[in-house]
Amino acid sequence: MKAKAWNPYIAGSLTGVLLILSVLVAGQYFGASTTFARTAAKLEAAVGVDTSRMAYFTDKGGKYGPESLPNWQALFVVGIALGGLAASLASGTFKIQRVPPMWAARFGDRPFWRNLTAFAGGTLLIFGARMAGGCPSGHGLSGLAQLAVSGFVALAFFFAGGWVSAKLLYRD
Amino acid sequence: MNLIYGLTTGILFGILLQRAEVLRYDRQVGALRLMDMTIFKFMLCAIVVATCGIYFLKSLGMVSLSLKATSLGAQIVGGTVFGIGWGLLGYCPGTAGGALGEGRLDAAWGLAGMVAGGALYAALYPLVKATVIPIGQLGKISLPQLTGLSPWIVIVVFAALCLAMFRFFESKGI
Repeated sequence: MKAKAWNPYIAGSLTGVLLILSVLVAGQYFGASTTFARTAAKLEAAVGVDTSRMAYFTDKGGKYGPESLPNWQALFVVGIALGGLAASLASGTFKIQRVPPMWAARFGDRPFWRNLTAFAGGTLLIFGARMAGGCPSGHGLSGLAQLAVSGFVALAFFFAGGWVSAKLLYRD
Repeated sequence: MNLIYGLTTGILFGILLQRAEVLRYDRQVGALRLMDMTIFKFMLCAIVVATCGIYFLKSLGMVSLSLKATSLGAQIVGGTVFGIGWGLLGYCPGTAGGALGEGRLDAAWGLAGMVAGGALYAALYPLVKATVIPIGQLGKISLPQLTGLSPWIVIVVFAALCLAMFRFFESKGI
């Protein structure tokens, strides 16, 4: 049987408590996007690219270089996937789905275009997040929780860009 | 130990995201289309609770802030590019893994795209660093520092704005 969804106000508030505990106990604010840049560094180094000649991977003492993994954030990102798997199995909401319902209603249920769009979207999204210095976790949750000016500006433009792109994709 | 903390925190966050149905494409794109505000409710509640706790613990000297530097160029241009990608993918860097965890296979293509995006950014970084990032640099600054107001005034105003939004969402049934 499928369990009912949790109230987003309560689940969100518990997430706030989790962030406080993480900062208090481990000294870590939530974030996700640098893990993907670091994974790229790791893969490039593995196939023989000389990452020591790339400024992004050597700046700030190699903060984003191939040697920066594994770290707290990489395990955090892996943990989210495991948590999603465990919670969906336990609640009966795990479902193998190739194409999301909203996409299928607009573009049909062929996975090819959906997967291509997802790949292109993922590429743009991390490119933008690394330029902005964070994603909705780093700038949104952690940035706003600290009342950071960078967080307010970034989150506003995340939604502005997303609104435009969803509007174009789902125009009448 | 740090790795164990990261994994544990991620698992708990993943459970909360999954059970509130925040991982789903339809919820994320639903928010961008202003049809379903579930992710706004989740995110804003997390922020209000966390900001109270963090500023309280900071006043006791028990935690310190880790502000990201403000560059209006970086956050406006980068933020917009991120948003366009977000609308196409329908998952964000934190939630895509969780979406794959609950069986959404398209998220795997998004994750692969994200690694490609990281490589692309690293390749173009010298150009971005010379052009976009220097625009409008304000440093590592918070809204209370910028405005000269007490953080608690900023928090109360922010929380009141969130409550007003929640009342509006509920009145519209979105």
